Amino acid sequence: MHELSIALSILDIANEQLHDHGDAEVLAIHLKLGRMSGVVKEALVSAFELAREGTKLEQAQLVIEDIPVMLHCRTCQCERPAESMQSLRCAVCGGLSAEITRGHELEVFAMELEPMEATP
Amino acid sequence: MKRQTRLVEVRTRILKENDVTARRLRQRFQDDKVFVVSLVSSPGSGKTMFLEKTLERLREGGWRVAALVGDLATENDAARLGRARVPVRQITTGTVCHLEATMVETALEGWSIPDLDFLFIENVGNLVCPATYDLGEDLRLVLFSTTEGEDKPLKYPTIFNTADLAVITKMDLATAVEFDAEAARKNIGEVRPGMEILEVSAKSGAMMDAWLDSLRQRKHDREEDRSTPKGANSSELADPLGRPAG
Repeated sequence: MHELSIALSILDIANEQLHDHGDAEVLAIHLKLGRMSGVVKEALVSAFELAREGTKLEQAQLVIEDIPVMLHCRTCQCERPAESMQSLRCAVCGGLSAEITRGHELEVFAMELEPMEATP
Repeated sequence: MKRQTRLVEVRTRILKENDVTARRLRQRFQDDKVFVVSLVSSPGSGKTMFLEKTLERLREGGWRVAALVGDLATENDAARLGRARVPVRQITTGTVCHLEATMVETALEGWSIPDLDFLFIENVGNLVCPATYDLGEDLRLVLFSTTEGEDKPLKYPTIFNTADLAVITKMDLATAVEFDAEAARKNIGEVRPGMEILEVSAKSGAMMDAWLDSLRQRKHDREEDRSTPKGANSSELADPLGRPAG
């Protein structure tokens, strides 16, 4: 269970961004999460809900884009989806490939911010 | 006044800090000409026994070796490895189920790395979490034993995929537990096509020579590689996980 430490890192990144963008409320944090990243989506969501409690990111939603494993297939000479995590074969021609082009992602790629209303 | 939602592009790797530390370690290991091997496996796969024999054999062969050992709570592994009469340090991770690059960096404080030929890093027994963390190693071994079954690679494809060499341990028990080595090799080949596989018994010594030959060869190849001139900043362009392509 390393998802809690991943969730805390996400909060750190979001806080850094908040610092750069002035006073705002974070509505959502968008992630790219590769299936080969070693991070379990459901565990990360629960860990994040726990980690954000009592912080200024309490309202922030985690929006996760699931990135499937893609390979460079030498036979087809292009990027193809892998058959599965258990079989790194080109989904089209069935050839094995060790060249993973996507699926390792573990990245915060955007945040939705709402500026705070100025106090009168 | 109507409030307006803004979408801000961030594009930050979540493990940026670990990756930066790992890259710094890798550079340091390269400068100090030490070959660094990490070991991952599930608990009870025979990792410590395998490492103990490896350290002993290398020391007898005149190599300067040392080990860092990650463990959740005890210092038993470090004590066992101490029997190989090489420097060993324990990293007790507490509740953390994996090693991170900063833990390695901290554990190395005060050690004279340039005086070593090989440094081994034994990760916490766990086939899930260590997959995500680069430790700056040159070679990552994934070990699993004949008693765990042939389908281990299919259950934990991510960790097998991050490894450079698979070691099947406890081959002395293969017949007794009806281990199907061919099926195991096929499964590894599906989740990490082309990875070298060694079937060893640290206890009987079977295939330990092949492993040590492979290790020395890899150290040699890495040094040849490094002495070949590369473009400026080539380390900046390297894969953040430091793995050879293909």
